[in-house]
Amino acid sequence: MADEVVLLDFWPSFFGMRARIALAEKGIYYQYRDEDLQDKSPLLLQMNPVNKKIPVLVHNGKPICESLIIVQYIDETWKGKSPLLPSNPLQQAQARFWADYVDKKIFPSLRDTWSTTGEQQEAARKEFIEALKVLEGELGEKPYFGGDSFGFLDVSLVPFYSWFYAVEKCGNFSTEAESPKIIAWAKRCMERESVAKSLPDSEKVYNYVLENKKKMGLE
Amino acid sequence: MEKLKLLGTYTSPFNRRVMWALKLKGVPFEYIEEDLFTNKSELLLKSNPVYKKIPVLIHNGKPISESTVILEYIEETWPENPLLPVDPHERAIARFWIKFMEDKDKAKKDCLEVLRTIEEHGLKEDKKFFGGTNIGLTDLVFGLLAYQWELMEEIVGVKLMEVHSFPRLHTWAENFKSVSVIKENLPDRDRLFARLKGRKEVLVGSSKSH
Repeated sequence: MADEVVLLDFWPSFFGMRARIALAEKGIYYQYRDEDLQDKSPLLLQMNPVNKKIPVLVHNGKPICESLIIVQYIDETWKGKSPLLPSNPLQQAQARFWADYVDKKIFPSLRDTWSTTGEQQEAARKEFIEALKVLEGELGEKPYFGGDSFGFLDVSLVPFYSWFYAVEKCGNFSTEAESPKIIAWAKRCMERESVAKSLPDSEKVYNYVLENKKKMGLE
Repeated sequence: MEKLKLLGTYTSPFNRRVMWALKLKGVPFEYIEEDLFTNKSELLLKSNPVYKKIPVLIHNGKPISESTVILEYIEETWPENPLLPVDPHERAIARFWIKFMEDKDKAKKDCLEVLRTIEEHGLKEDKKFFGGTNIGLTDLVFGLLAYQWELMEEIVGVKLMEVHSFPRLHTWAENFKSVSVIKENLPDRDRLFARLKGRKEVLVGSSKSH
């Protein structure tokens, strides 16, 4: 029996991008459905009644929610190709720790850099740059966070790269100047088809951000 | 012999869930109580430079931080007495509820709504524990609901988790506390009461419902 895989997603969502990359790395055929977050589909509400959020992976009718949980599920279910989590427990723990750091530090500071102004924006920008520098330290001289292979932490962080251009314009700074190794790493990841196909165009993201700023009354 | 150290504090639920996991697996460890207010140890600062928080597990000199990361590490390293299901979808559900609890911790949202969600969606009629017939990581993460809630209600003076409103949660709490490892490793009531009373304002804030 063939697998039926559906991804409920929203094109600019970095959390959604994580799922897209993992599915592509494993070569899984799936149906992509873009949700209107102002008018969520009955399927989304049924599959994620607790949070009502995307992304949701629906595998043979069963839902899996939360992006990092989805990536782990994909890794555990389709084991044959492109392992994402390391097999060594300590390295696994490190990958999970830093993916959690990305959620705690990169996500909120990036969001606040584009969606706030004044002192709050300044604080967010500082936190975002600081977090990138910490991650740069963690990357060191390795080609990927996973070492020689593209892995779980790479999947967790690279989606934010599609938003760098937008936050740079909003926050008036350069990520390349602040953390050149992160940019070099991101460009290396973008050479992978799975990543290039899963991330939206930076200009498109910037226009989306501008539209939202207008709606929020922030010019 | 593998060297295993756990840096924690007695009243921290994040620390306690790690202790429970190690004890359920019968893994011996050395526990070190940290003084977080006046004097964090050199070992703690060196082992968790990013957050400088407990719990930290140090295994053969290598530190692991963040309680949920530690729990997954313990599960991977000592697979006997498994605390996660084998089936990937069941594992995803277990992890979902762990994340749910972690997010609510951070958000300190409407307590009643959180309890209602757990009651309606997290615990199904015939499940003894979150994991099914056996205790699992999700139960350990929810553990503080089983022992801390009554104390909080006493301090704040408001009954929130009524038996008739949350029958499944109450049944789960009884099941949880009757597991011998858990029963033998619950925090001392008076010690916990003293600690929680000191944080009354925080509790009052989080007990209000909309």
